[in-house]
Amino acid sequence: MNSSFQAQTRLSIALVLALFAPAALVAQQSKPWEKIPIPKLHEFKPHQPIRIELKNGIVIFLQEDHELPFVSGSVMIPGGSRDESPAKAGLVGLYGQAWRTSGTAKMDGDALDDLLEAKAAHIETGGDEDSTAVSWDSLKGDADQVFSLALDLFLHPKFSPEKLQLAQQQEATGIVRRNDDESGISERESAKLVYGINSPYTRQPELATIGAVTVDDLKDWHDRTVGGKLIVGISGDFDPAAMEAKLRAAFESLPQVKPTPIRHDTFIGPTPGVYFIDKQDVNQSDVEIVGIGIDRHSPDVPAVAVMNEIFGGGFASRLFQKVRTELGLAYEVGGGISFGYDHPGPFRTVVLTKSATTVDATKAALAQIAGLNTTPFSEVELARAKDNILNSFLFRYDTRDKVLAERERLEFYGYPADYLETYKAALEKVTVIDVTEAAKKYIHPDKLAVLVVGNGSEIKPGLDDLNLGPVHPIDIAIPMPARPGTGEKQQ
Amino acid sequence: MHSRLRITALALGIAAAAFGTARAQDLKSFEQKITTKVLPNGLTILICERPDAPVFSYSTFIDAGDVNDPSGESGLAHMFEHLAFKGTSQIGTTDYAAEKVALAKVEEANAAYEAEYLKPVGRDEKKLAELKKAFVEATDEAHKFVVPNQFTDIAERNGAEGLNAQTGLDETEFFWSMPENRLELWAYLESSRLADTVPREFYKERDVVIEERRMRTDSNPEGRLFEQFVATAYVAHPYGRSGIGWPSEVSQINATEAMEFHKKYYVGANIVVAVVGDVKASEAMPMLEKYFSRVPAGPKPEEMTTVEPKQFAEKTLEIRDPSQPIYMEGYHRPDYRAPDNAVYDAISDIMSNGRVSRLYRSLVRDQQIAAEAEGVSPYPGDKYPSLFVFFAAPLPGHTPQEMRDAIHKEIEKLKTADVTDDELAMYKTRTRADLLRGLADNQGLANDLAEYQTRYGDWRELFLQLDKVDKVTKADIRRVANQVFVTGNRTEAWIATAATAAQKAAAGKDGGAQ
Repeated sequence: MNSSFQAQTRLSIALVLALFAPAALVAQQSKPWEKIPIPKLHEFKPHQPIRIELKNGIVIFLQEDHELPFVSGSVMIPGGSRDESPAKAGLVGLYGQAWRTSGTAKMDGDALDDLLEAKAAHIETGGDEDSTAVSWDSLKGDADQVFSLALDLFLHPKFSPEKLQLAQQQEATGIVRRNDDESGISERESAKLVYGINSPYTRQPELATIGAVTVDDLKDWHDRTVGGKLIVGISGDFDPAAMEAKLRAAFESLPQVKPTPIRHDTFIGPTPGVYFIDKQDVNQSDVEIVGIGIDRHSPDVPAVAVMNEIFGGGFASRLFQKVRTELGLAYEVGGGISFGYDHPGPFRTVVLTKSATTVDATKAALAQIAGLNTTPFSEVELARAKDNILNSFLFRYDTRDKVLAERERLEFYGYPADYLETYKAALEKVTVIDVTEAAKKYIHPDKLAVLVVGNGSEIKPGLDDLNLGPVHPIDIAIPMPARPGTGEKQQ
Repeated sequence: MHSRLRITALALGIAAAAFGTARAQDLKSFEQKITTKVLPNGLTILICERPDAPVFSYSTFIDAGDVNDPSGESGLAHMFEHLAFKGTSQIGTTDYAAEKVALAKVEEANAAYEAEYLKPVGRDEKKLAELKKAFVEATDEAHKFVVPNQFTDIAERNGAEGLNAQTGLDETEFFWSMPENRLELWAYLESSRLADTVPREFYKERDVVIEERRMRTDSNPEGRLFEQFVATAYVAHPYGRSGIGWPSEVSQINATEAMEFHKKYYVGANIVVAVVGDVKASEAMPMLEKYFSRVPAGPKPEEMTTVEPKQFAEKTLEIRDPSQPIYMEGYHRPDYRAPDNAVYDAISDIMSNGRVSRLYRSLVRDQQIAAEAEGVSPYPGDKYPSLFVFFAAPLPGHTPQEMRDAIHKEIEKLKTADVTDDELAMYKTRTRADLLRGLADNQGLANDLAEYQTRYGDWRELFLQLDKVDKVTKADIRRVANQVFVTGNRTEAWIATAATAAQKAAAGKDGGAQ
């Protein structure tokens, strides 16, 4: 039962001197820490993986790392839940489970479990918003066998009705439990406000849609996606020449990859207003103030990242200083614009506060958002934010696994391999003017939705006191299918 | 050693025990990389050289947690942890001499307010309001000297990554990672906050901690269940007490109490600091010694006398709650030093680890009554006699009672028949592999080394545990199961879903369920 000082789930990424000047500007008698020498950092060049592009378009990354006797790998496949049919929402989640638990014609999933676990090895499959993957890891001595099994699973999956049903039961349990957790509700519903209820990025699996998924749907999905541009990544204790030969033998004979279809999604952001979800078994409100963010391709990303840091990043951020440190209104508070790699992420500001201070905390957070356009950014804030980001930038590539994961990500979304370097250089050049312009361009307090999940009987003063117009209740009742099926009748 | 109850996307999950060890040459290779030194004040510094990238991680491990909160002050250790981010006499203040005077006045004002507030009879509401006003004025006065969040600001500007702390029942840990050229700056910051804590902004931070309680416990069905479960299972030992603190107590903790806790528990003999990364011990140790010698010496705090008495009757607890059903049960077991410690880990592994585990195969795969089912230990802590806990999240339409019956059947099998050779071998193999996997992460390694150094007096035990793992036999498992998993030693608790008043009123209107 641990409790920690800093909330674990802070948003993406400080002190506003204009607001907190009285104390901060008085000279301190001495700052002994400023006299401590900071030597030159030891020379470091992140170890880049070897990149091999096969004739058919499949890309392989090999990242050697001999520290420990393990080998791990993955095959990433384009296409994810945003590409599934709305009537079968949840298909990719079911596919991610049943693919592995079903196994192959040669070895079913249960036998695979027995074999792998005896070796402390793993093969897993999973589905995400924009991709699916099969991944594996094992001790070095078992690496050949485990790779063969993973390859067999990739090439010859079986998809059994029993394992699909098992996955459907698990998903159904998740669905009927999804309103138990307050922060789960607010994350889900705020995303719907940003992207729309029927958006491919937020539509949620229901008992009816997961019940509609068949074994044939899983097979079709597999056949449709595995011909895409695969990215194969291997890391660990192996010989690169031998590994390359093995991977070529496995993947070079596959057909030319099909290009990933381009999506044409529209992103208009939320309908401004106040939204409320009543949850009677809580004494704390979960407030989310949301709007539409930007795509990582935008040239404004470095300036926005610095703005995020000033606004809601670290302990010295405006939000944290005001809402947590000065007002004591929240344990968890944070916010910023997030960047999708190929679509706009949301702008989210989150505050958790006791029911009675819901309006106060919401107003305080809204004031900080508005302040991004009205309270000038100072050079001190800029320097602090850049220090925060740049001095910890190293931790994006301080292990070989992180370097590999980053290269795979860049490859998947079509970014240049030196993206992190150019991004870092751009961050270094961000000025106060850049941040001010970015705030002007992307912070629109009149285009935000305020969602409160909390105990209506305790929220006094009520949300009307926000003076943001009528409060729109959101119904989160879980639709129960009429006929008995996957989802049995809820008590 | 990690016994942290965590909440998974679905229901609850428990961090797997990371016990185990590698082969002898791994211990040998670590002996070459690790340097330890006990300073004259009793504080132990441990450096593990791992120069792959120019970074380091550290863990400061205090052998005191909320189990050490004095009676009536539950949540104190955690409250102090928050205080340790508020700066020192040098960091976070514009004028410490003046601030110190102002802070003393805050304490006086708070004491006067509390004395009136707690009067059993004859409380004067008008006077109480005045005292409250005086208290607010005193805190405002003290606040004038504060440079907010300066401690964390210095750390973050210098590249601190993953800056955090956590208070468990048994220990308090502070940790982050940094570029290696900030090692001395870190040593200054960390030793300062250990040695020179100032009760700055204490009462505002108390409000923050109460919000943390609302988030983790009050507004979370699992949080509510866990708190009631341990409170039911324990009658004497403080493991049964709310770790984050009972609302009435945590809301009345004062800075004087927090500083007394600091004085008693934040002494050299009670602290291990582990640093892992691009650090040369021969160069760094003298520098670290200089800084960490500032931590006061002091006797190792006396050990707790309370031992949970033998449970003599089964206990059950039903929580009627609007959330979905969960079942859990616990059996008292000995502490981590028990000769059978590895046997409990073996049982946990065989019952719960992955899709081959007995509970998964029985309750999830074959009977199809649960979405998740596990049995793990130790919980809620590991230093003192704890619980072996089973839990399950039923599928829709299935009940906590079905979970209980199915779990009991699996326990019965453990008692009446030996586990298979394959199961036992699998436990040993996985334990060894998990230990090895954990060695790749600076922060995880720093935490483990500091913890083992504290709990066993020697970090080598992280590796030597394998001997005990290897010695576990089928007969041991059967013997321990028969000793521990008995009715009179059991506490059962479950959430029985009950509609809220509003849901009852709305029932039948649209057929929806919430």
